[in-house]
Amino acid sequence: MNQPNTELPNRVGEPLQGAQILWEALVREGVDVVFGYPGGAIMPAYDAMIQYPIHHVLTRHEQGASHMADGYARASGKVGVCVSTSGPGATNMVTGIATAMLDSVPMVCITGQVPSALIGTDAFQETDITGVTLPITKHNYLVTRAEQIADTIREAFYVARSGRPGPVVVDITKDAQQQRCTFEWSDAPIELPGYRPDYTPLDSQMDEAVRLINEAKRPVLFCGHGVSEAGATEVLTALVEKAQIPVACTLLGLGAFPASHPKNLGMMGMHGESWVNAAIQKADLLIAVGMRFDDRVTGNLKTYAPTAKKIHVELDPAEIHKNVHVDVPIVGDARDVLEQLLPRVEPREHAEWLAHIDALKGDSAVRDIKDLPDLGKLYAAHVIHDLYRLTKGEAIIVTDVGQHQMWEAQYYKHDLPRKLITSGGLGTMGFALPAAIGARFAKRDDAVWVIVGDGGFQMTACELATCVQEGIKLNIALINNGFLGMVRQWQEFFFGGRYVATPLHSPDFVKLADAHGIKGLRVTQRAEVEAAVREAEATPGTVLIDFRVEQEDSVYPMVPAGADLHDMIQRPYTPPAAPGTTDHNPIFETGEDDR
Amino acid sequence: MTEAASRTFAIFVEDKPGVLNRVASLFRRRSFNIHSLNVSTTHEPGVSRMTVVCEADGDTAKRIEANLYKLVNVLWVDDITHAPTVERALALIKVRVGRDARAEVLRVCEVFGARPVDLSLETMTVEMTGPEDHIQSLVDVLRPFEILEMVQTGAVAMTRGSVERAQSHPTIPARRTHAA
Ligand SMILES: Cc1ncc(C[n+]2csc(CCOP(=O)(O)OP(=O)(O)O)c2C)c(N)n1
Ligand SMILES: [Mg+2]
Repeated sequence: MNQPNTELPNRVGEPLQGAQILWEALVREGVDVVFGYPGGAIMPAYDAMIQYPIHHVLTRHEQGASHMADGYARASGKVGVCVSTSGPGATNMVTGIATAMLDSVPMVCITGQVPSALIGTDAFQETDITGVTLPITKHNYLVTRAEQIADTIREAFYVARSGRPGPVVVDITKDAQQQRCTFEWSDAPIELPGYRPDYTPLDSQMDEAVRLINEAKRPVLFCGHGVSEAGATEVLTALVEKAQIPVACTLLGLGAFPASHPKNLGMMGMHGESWVNAAIQKADLLIAVGMRFDDRVTGNLKTYAPTAKKIHVELDPAEIHKNVHVDVPIVGDARDVLEQLLPRVEPREHAEWLAHIDALKGDSAVRDIKDLPDLGKLYAAHVIHDLYRLTKGEAIIVTDVGQHQMWEAQYYKHDLPRKLITSGGLGTMGFALPAAIGARFAKRDDAVWVIVGDGGFQMTACELATCVQEGIKLNIALINNGFLGMVRQWQEFFFGGRYVATPLHSPDFVKLADAHGIKGLRVTQRAEVEAAVREAEATPGTVLIDFRVEQEDSVYPMVPAGADLHDMIQRPYTPPAAPGTTDHNPIFETGEDDR
Repeated sequence: MTEAASRTFAIFVEDKPGVLNRVASLFRRRSFNIHSLNVSTTHEPGVSRMTVVCEADGDTAKRIEANLYKLVNVLWVDDITHAPTVERALALIKVRVGRDARAEVLRVCEVFGARPVDLSLETMTVEMTGPEDHIQSLVDVLRPFEILEMVQTGAVAMTRGSVERAQSHPTIPARRTHAA
């Protein structure tokens, strides 16, 4: 929970303007930074803001504000707050709200609305934003009177952070901001008659889960986003060690179980490790914790994990049986459930099963490009692997969406939760830079690296100016392949190699950095990566590194959308070519057989 | 998993603006197909009651219920499909009936327990209250007389007897949460 601010003079009982009450309430909810953009319908709120200990980050676009609040929330575990005016200001936040919704991120979005008397008249900058955001918020409110503001904000924070977290929009009319009323504030626990976010697992289900886990010969435990949300890393690790169960992570589960732990198999799904997917297909028990069987992790549902019984530990009952019919649904908080299971689960070795999975790794591990020798080419995987090495895996990494995102997931090993911030559910390009700005305000001492493609970067590149105005330090690794790479890859694999609308002409990013008054570096050889990373780290302000990587590299392995999970496209292995010929796969241009 | 079948939900919601929209939007975006929906006030101030009839298999029915509970303004959801219920819809059916056919139509009404509520030289309007399939049968029988227009409510439903079940929802105590 956000820490309440204690220095505020107590103005409970005084007549205050609605706009003041808004900030009173936010400060009482522990808010000290908001991300926003002003305009007509929210001006009273902005005018009152200066009376309060709130730092406002002026973004360059409201989409940026919503992603910043999101990044702030993901990095801190607190509720992120963004503010905009009505109409276009509010609709610009829609992408960020939908992004937060699909990844269960607690966020409160304050939007101005036209005066209540004008609602429904198509007034200047009127948009029915509660209508627009109804399907993409956990809940939303239209506030038309000053007296409603304090309670609504309190309720909004409570709804946003409790249960399965999510974004909440509070739309406040201009007249409600201007009216005066007596400020009242209650610290009593909130009770909403129709909102019951707490679930206690049923004994019968727990018994059945214990039985299945103790009887399993080939178990795999799935670690999802819910594990980090519940703070269940420790107990999950204890359970895994006690019963010797291998773990597979979802994209948002990376870091919730340490990547370097010997029982961690790696990521599952479309761009997961092939041995992870193979293990899932062979398993006799899946223990899914805090994940939702997204189509990107299951592949074809008809052939998914055919021999496995399934236990699903999930906070949101609406996720049970949604994509996959499970044998034992356990609705509850991941930490509570695992803590109850731990003493009842018997120690096991599973030596045969673990050895079997190890054997599956054999071939795929050879195809891994990160350890291959440097031949003067720059591969994104090299860049990310080097970045992992040079930052000792300790940086907060905020990625955009595309090939670079998958390479990050494969080559940057996270040992701690809340260190990888990425748009998983919605896959929102343009997320990385603003989300990283938000993360920077949440974690002022951590190194923050943005890993972003040349496409996605240009969607929200305007926020570079925000970095400069705020005087903050980010390191931006721009993985520049001259393409909308992930779409190009699909065109290569599934659309006959027709590169329609994917080649990308970009500005000179180093000059762009220069124009913003920040340092820009360009790297074209692997040998230059380390020096550039070191220079970025040593430079006080934000630094952008333009990594000119191989243009037509692809992310392997890959399960084509809707294909069977075990049916993965592997990185083609071309034996080393004879000297002097050019017909070879450059990635394996090693000069010697390194198998 | 069970076969898809007609399901009836009694949904108690807070009587606030936009709640119907939230419920309808949920069914639409999750592709749950609504057959009929009825909303009304109840004897309790601030509580409205919806009856939703839709197609769903067993898993889907559970997910509908769980999704409804995710709406902050939804107080209580009861899947009454398999409970003994009284289920009623109301239809008004205007039939072209001259003097010669009047007696016959009245006889039909009598058989179905429908009653004439408006009469003109050329038309008769019949009101029928009953389960939806009974109304459908009446419509089938009246069709040869030429139906000029008709309107029908969605079904409303209530479980039979049982004080316990009826009392399980009206005053829904908000449960205290650990998460706060
Ligand atoms: C807002 C948005 N529009 C379109 C897409 C579809 N899309 C997914 S990945 C991708 C290409 C991303 O290109 P780039 O940012 O250069 O990253 P790369 O894949 O080359 O690493 C696109 C267009 C998306 N995910 N988000
Ligand atoms: Mg690119």
